[in-house]
Amino acid sequence: MPTASPISRVNDFVVRFANVNGSGSASANELFARAVLRMGVPVSPRNIFPSNIQGLPTWYEVRVTEAGHLGARGGVDLMVAMNPQTWDKDLASLEPGGYLLYDSTKPTPPSKFRDDITVIGVPLTAICNREYSDPRQRQLFKNIIYVGVLTALLDMDVPEVEKLIGEQFKGKDKLIAPNIHALHLGRDHALMNLTCPLGIRLKRATAVGDRIFIEGNSAAALGAVYGGATVCAWYPITPSSSLADAFGRHCARLRVDPATKKNKFAIIQAEDELASIGIVVGAGWNGARAFTATSGPGISLMQEFLGLAYFAEVPAVVVDVQRGGPSTGMPTRTQQSDIISAAYASHGDTKHVLLFPEDPTEAFEFTAQAFDLADRLQTPIMVMLDLDIGMNHRLCRPLTWDDSKVYDRGKVMTAADLDGAKEFGRYLDVDGDGIPYRTYPGTHPTKGSFFTRGSTRDRYARYTEEGAPYVDNMQRLLRKFETAKELVPQPVRRDAAKPTRYGVIYFGSTAPAMDEAIAMLEASGYAVDMLRVRGFPFHQKVADFVTDRDFVFVVEQNRDAQLRMLLVNECNLDPVRLVPVLHYDGTPITARFIAGAIGDHLDALKITPLRKVVS
Amino acid sequence: MTYLTKPKFHHPDLPKNALGYTHRDYEGSVSTLCAGCGHDSISGAIIQACFELDIEPHKVAKLSGIGCSSKTPTYFLGHSHGFNSVHGRMPSVLTGANLANRDLIYLGVSGDGDSASIGLGQFAHCLRRGVNMVYIVENNGVYGLTKGQFSATADRGSKSKRGVVNTDSSIDLVMMALQLGATFVARSFSGDKRQLVPLIKAAIEHKGAAFIDVISPCVAFNNHTGSTKSFDHVREHNMAVNRLDFITGRAPIHVDYAPGALEVVEQHDGSKVALRKIAPHYDPYDRLRAMNYLQESAAAGEVVTGLLYVERESEDLHEHLDTVATPLNALGEKDLCPGSAMLDKINASLR
Repeated sequence: MPTASPISRVNDFVVRFANVNGSGSASANELFARAVLRMGVPVSPRNIFPSNIQGLPTWYEVRVTEAGHLGARGGVDLMVAMNPQTWDKDLASLEPGGYLLYDSTKPTPPSKFRDDITVIGVPLTAICNREYSDPRQRQLFKNIIYVGVLTALLDMDVPEVEKLIGEQFKGKDKLIAPNIHALHLGRDHALMNLTCPLGIRLKRATAVGDRIFIEGNSAAALGAVYGGATVCAWYPITPSSSLADAFGRHCARLRVDPATKKNKFAIIQAEDELASIGIVVGAGWNGARAFTATSGPGISLMQEFLGLAYFAEVPAVVVDVQRGGPSTGMPTRTQQSDIISAAYASHGDTKHVLLFPEDPTEAFEFTAQAFDLADRLQTPIMVMLDLDIGMNHRLCRPLTWDDSKVYDRGKVMTAADLDGAKEFGRYLDVDGDGIPYRTYPGTHPTKGSFFTRGSTRDRYARYTEEGAPYVDNMQRLLRKFETAKELVPQPVRRDAAKPTRYGVIYFGSTAPAMDEAIAMLEASGYAVDMLRVRGFPFHQKVADFVTDRDFVFVVEQNRDAQLRMLLVNECNLDPVRLVPVLHYDGTPITARFIAGAIGDHLDALKITPLRKVVS
Repeated sequence: MTYLTKPKFHHPDLPKNALGYTHRDYEGSVSTLCAGCGHDSISGAIIQACFELDIEPHKVAKLSGIGCSSKTPTYFLGHSHGFNSVHGRMPSVLTGANLANRDLIYLGVSGDGDSASIGLGQFAHCLRRGVNMVYIVENNGVYGLTKGQFSATADRGSKSKRGVVNTDSSIDLVMMALQLGATFVARSFSGDKRQLVPLIKAAIEHKGAAFIDVISPCVAFNNHTGSTKSFDHVREHNMAVNRLDFITGRAPIHVDYAPGALEVVEQHDGSKVALRKIAPHYDPYDRLRAMNYLQESAAAGEVVTGLLYVERESEDLHEHLDTVATPLNALGEKDLCPGSAMLDKINASLR
């Protein structure tokens, strides 16, 4: 018997699978997560993978959460330990009272276990070797067999798992029966030899609703399809490559002309990120909706072009799936650490519009909207995703589209406009919003042509090296940035149940952990108002939120408090009012961490200061 | 000259082309390059080629990088949209522009610094992809705007104006273009308009990546004794492989009466390029032999000019990508947005 009492919880626990990269475990693990979902119980899975193709350790973590807390929780209740390389670390990560499922084919000395956990040995390799002779089959079916064991240990609905296997191998039907057989090999072994179910277990619920289960990169790519992107240029880089791949897959299904079988899209895998953004800028200049997907190192390489697009006023969309930096940093781990490099990308005085989606649904919405914003504002728009959203399946609101929506192509003059009374000056601020009119190349035989350049020009796009037109233009670009404040997604505010003088600002993938942290804080008697920033430049409401409170926590996933820096700088705020809460070890931020940090700070405020010694 | 505004009026009897445009309609603003710069002759050749081909000026998009050569698009085709982009990155911008609208003519103008040094990667990859364009390098072997540093096309052993000898091997962009799969490769000399104009015309009519390396001496920094890109040096060492005469489906516009064999080169779109062979038995359809010939001539110290290679059944990037005939920038919501019913289906598949 373990020294700690075994954890006993229904529909609320964390299972972690420790595997070897390239062993075919990913689809079995995902099968497990989906099977839980099919039982009406929300899950939040996370891939923790190495920068490697085969051999290094990889983990898949599934948080089972009927309460719907989709952020990472921290800690593990059930470890499926399939990787001897990481045994010690995996064992150590188990909560007291947790459960360890391992392959007991070879004897493991008792010193290799902990006495405060429940150890469950299943001779997985022996079962496989008995059943299969082909080494590849032995490896692949071993994964399905441990899922079978879990169905018994956790009291799962087996018909749901079987149905999922049927869906997974649709079209490769001869694989269905062997997989179901393997599932039952594991399940039967567990039912016969082990105490089933465990203290942690599943129970059918109705907490999933109509939500969908999708990766952020796939959702963002779908947003690009719906938003009218026709040109995609990209260079492979984790964690953004699957976004470009998904765009290709979506287009192959949704963008092929049914009559001619020709493509209504063009995808170029460029030679580097410089070429990717160059292609996007060229296409945007010529009136097509174009985007690239990249990560931090790509943003570094694109700096010069981003400055050109800002200054020459060319629409472009960049989806930055952020990872751990600087340099190669932690290429397969998550961070929100490109905020400053994206906001001020390039030399000289530049500022860029940023969007901060919280989950795949917003990744879809904001990416689609980014193309309207890029055309309207004639400038690069950066969608700031991160690995946590981009490369993990997330349970989220279904995607919606309003069929009456017309793309906003911005201020584009046609041949008829040019022939009419309207005066054309490429950099003329006709409407007072800082946004000039443009023409596409080839519009009119004698009117509306202009020369686009990164050098100074006057309001009629004529080259100049004079100071006054330069300043005039730079001021107009600032006015345009003001206009952007009203066009980007507005911040979302949620006040605490009782009045409070404290607030918290957060953004992006921090959202689910933040929601849970606030619930934890409220349960402990702390009240904190919340504001989720969704776009840069910041709306006036963001500055007001800070100035209306004694102080505001700024929660983010980087070392240098980059969003806070941007808030102080752009809203002219007193830094003392902004308390950084920073998590940047590459793992997704957790509610435990946020609630701990905010709770500690609020506790500290309650400490009665020492009385001054009166001399 | 550069402080003078170019007068708009012109002689009423100026010859007009089939579209009713005169030569002047293809001009740009006054050049700000040095008097006598070879680049201005190339601008002149581009103007003449477009005039003779009856191209509507606004149907050309002219793109460039940074440098003296990249400034020139301001000096021709004033009714065309132009894009003076980033140093060495014209090819990617042109590629994107081409993807957005396949119906325009894309003219990329670059220099040896822009294409052979900072932009060598983009030069290579846009040729590999077969972007439908005319890519002209105005090659003077020197950085003019920054006062005369060697570029990567400067020959080893050549001398800078300050007397420094170049010890680095030179890059031959023509050789590279052949190796990279460009489907039209030519070299010419800015001072030889009779050769250059037909080459530009043929390149415009060619479908796919057409590359022309134009030796264009820098009068300020690379026209001295010891330079291998000076007027005198090039004139002395130039060896033309063929004389080119461009024939459209309508009628020959320019006839070259130079003696020698004439070979009519038929391109994929039906337009014809006639080659006046100087070198006997030169076959412009043989990539391998073109490369050998180039190497042999270089070893003999000769600059080969003319149309070195052309592919008969050339393809372009749009064919590789199998894109629709309508320019992508002309597609609207109806063509591009799959709508809410499809999204409901997608949602259903994600549960």
